[in-house]
Amino acid sequence: MPALAAHVRQPVFLLLGTAAVSGWLLLPLLRHAPNRLLSGRSLGLSALGWPGGGIVAASLALLAVALLPRSRASSWAALAAGWALASGYLAAAGAASADLAAHSPDAARTSFGAGGWLVLVTGLLVQAEATRALRLPPLGRLAIFAVAALGLALPVAFGWLDQLSLAREWRAKQDVFGDALWRHGVIVLGALAPTLAIGLPLGVLAHRSIRFRGPLLSALSLIQTIPSIALFGLLMAPLTALGEALPYLRDVGIRGVGPTPAILALTLYALLPIVRNMVSGFDSTPAAVLEAARGQGMTNTQVFFQVEAPLAAPVLLAGLRITVVQTIGLAAVAALIGAGGLGALMFQGLFANAADLILLGATPIVALAVAADVLFRLAAEGLRAPA
Amino acid sequence: MIAFENVSRKFGDWTAVDDFSLVVEPGEILVLIGPSGSGKSTLLRMVNRLIEPTAGLIRLGGEAVANLRPEILRRRIGYAIQSVGLFPHWTVERNIATVPRLLGWSRSRIRDRVSELLALLQLDEARFRSAYPHQLSGGQAQRVGVARALAGDPEVLLMDEPFGALDPITRAALQAETQRIQRQLGKTILFVTHDMDEALRLGGRIAVLDHGRLVRVGTPAELLAEPGHPLVVELLGGDGLGLRRLALETVASRLRAGEAGDGEPIAASATLDEALSRMMAIGVDRLAVRDAAGQPLGVLHLEDFPLRTTP
Repeated sequence: MPALAAHVRQPVFLLLGTAAVSGWLLLPLLRHAPNRLLSGRSLGLSALGWPGGGIVAASLALLAVALLPRSRASSWAALAAGWALASGYLAAAGAASADLAAHSPDAARTSFGAGGWLVLVTGLLVQAEATRALRLPPLGRLAIFAVAALGLALPVAFGWLDQLSLAREWRAKQDVFGDALWRHGVIVLGALAPTLAIGLPLGVLAHRSIRFRGPLLSALSLIQTIPSIALFGLLMAPLTALGEALPYLRDVGIRGVGPTPAILALTLYALLPIVRNMVSGFDSTPAAVLEAARGQGMTNTQVFFQVEAPLAAPVLLAGLRITVVQTIGLAAVAALIGAGGLGALMFQGLFANAADLILLGATPIVALAVAADVLFRLAAEGLRAPA
Repeated sequence: MIAFENVSRKFGDWTAVDDFSLVVEPGEILVLIGPSGSGKSTLLRMVNRLIEPTAGLIRLGGEAVANLRPEILRRRIGYAIQSVGLFPHWTVERNIATVPRLLGWSRSRIRDRVSELLALLQLDEARFRSAYPHQLSGGQAQRVGVARALAGDPEVLLMDEPFGALDPITRAALQAETQRIQRQLGKTILFVTHDMDEALRLGGRIAVLDHGRLVRVGTPAELLAEPGHPLVVELLGGDGLGLRRLALETVASRLRAGEAGDGEPIAASATLDEALSRMMAIGVDRLAVRDAAGQPLGVLHLEDFPLRTTP
């Protein structure tokens, strides 16, 4: 073993390759249950048939890459192996579930096993790591991200996964799902609009007035320490009272439960990253640059729009990215006070002990958050491009 | 022309500038020198109203600066600082074009002006026009900084230790450049430094400040001949003062005409410190002197070196 360890040139891929191997060697790749509430029996590599061989080959290829020195070729090889792992598993699991469904009663369900999840996640991590190592320009990275996403979306689009429990859950809840997705988006955007409308002026104010900055940031940090569910609860009482005192407000949706308190709470949470990043973004403008800007005869407005704002833009965008990702995630909790959204599916699943329903709510939340994160990162890099 | 009339500036209990009066003549380089905290930067920054005086009046070409809107005033004044402060998100061209754009010049006029300034500061247009500040060396960045200060064709130029952060060779090159530009364009320059060598090299008048007060003003020759204040002596290097004086006089001023000497002759236009250095290097106490055409003029004797300004 020490002799082998000396040959490892890219330990990350050794680790990920080992994880993938343990996924198909030690853990179940699929679970087959008589109905949606039971956990059923474990199925291993043999259940996947010949595509299983592809997964084995991709894992071993990854381990081989770990022994090679880091180069563009080895990174591309790792990228391909990661893609084969994630997308190969998805396609193979779909095919196997279709096969199982053909020989089982209707109520029977096939779902991803722990090993399957491990292989899938490992494949995605490998792709992320290999992309990072390749150091591509933003557009190249966007292309790789698109290929990775297609590798996951195409098996779904082709209907290969239709017999998987998650897909059947989706079909059963199709109307509800579309509704929930839409509702989730509305809550997120509904919280972002006031966040920007309030946060941008607050950020400028905090930048301009040192006296105002301390208390404001403390207040926003304090809000951030309140657990989300408690904040939702705290807002219920005053909003209910408000709605009762002024019935026309209740008619336009100002109520203790539903989207209003959710949007309000999400806005309060979102203010901190926005304002904090604005302050640190503006603070990072070199004093000499400001001195020069004023000394050349720029007005305060010109200094702000021509110098301070463009220089702070990457940090501002990072703040916006954190805000959006955080809001997408937190909006799930808002389901508990009747705001609806994908969180509602998750909680239904939790209360009904139906793992696939939980997944049906959670997977799109994760996908939305990851997509938002990637897009904002690429945009921030595009901004920094003059170099 | 910049005129300071009984200008004072207090920061709380501390007086940074104390009843300062001085006129900077059109087309001259005036160097403000003094130890740190002597108020020289404060004085400079009051001209373009980055700092306001607590008492007194500053005039620019006859107009009181306090009567002008700060932005309008600043667009008429070039401003270059030690930390340069180029805008990192703009190209060299856009940086230089800052004031012309603020003044609303036409696109083609700005383009021509940028080319002109790049040439004036000896920056290769093809290489630097579209470069970003982070691609420049310290000296190149400060050349761009000076070009930016000159871009709006200002009446006066304020320079606050502009070459303080540069290495000695680059600094000397930019000092020479400043002199050349000043002669070429005839700008009035108010220049702050704490480096006496720089002040002497720039060649204009030198105003010495101590604790916010003007203690001495004069040409390099006047200051060297008659420091007049212990701080001036100290800034001139104390006992090294005599050697600096030698740098201001030529061999011709000490020449014993008609005498015949031997050895490699020295030019009559050489300065006395160069002659002294030559004597020390080859171990002699007299040097043959020639004129520009190489004809022998006479002999320079070491014993004639002591200055006869104070008989």
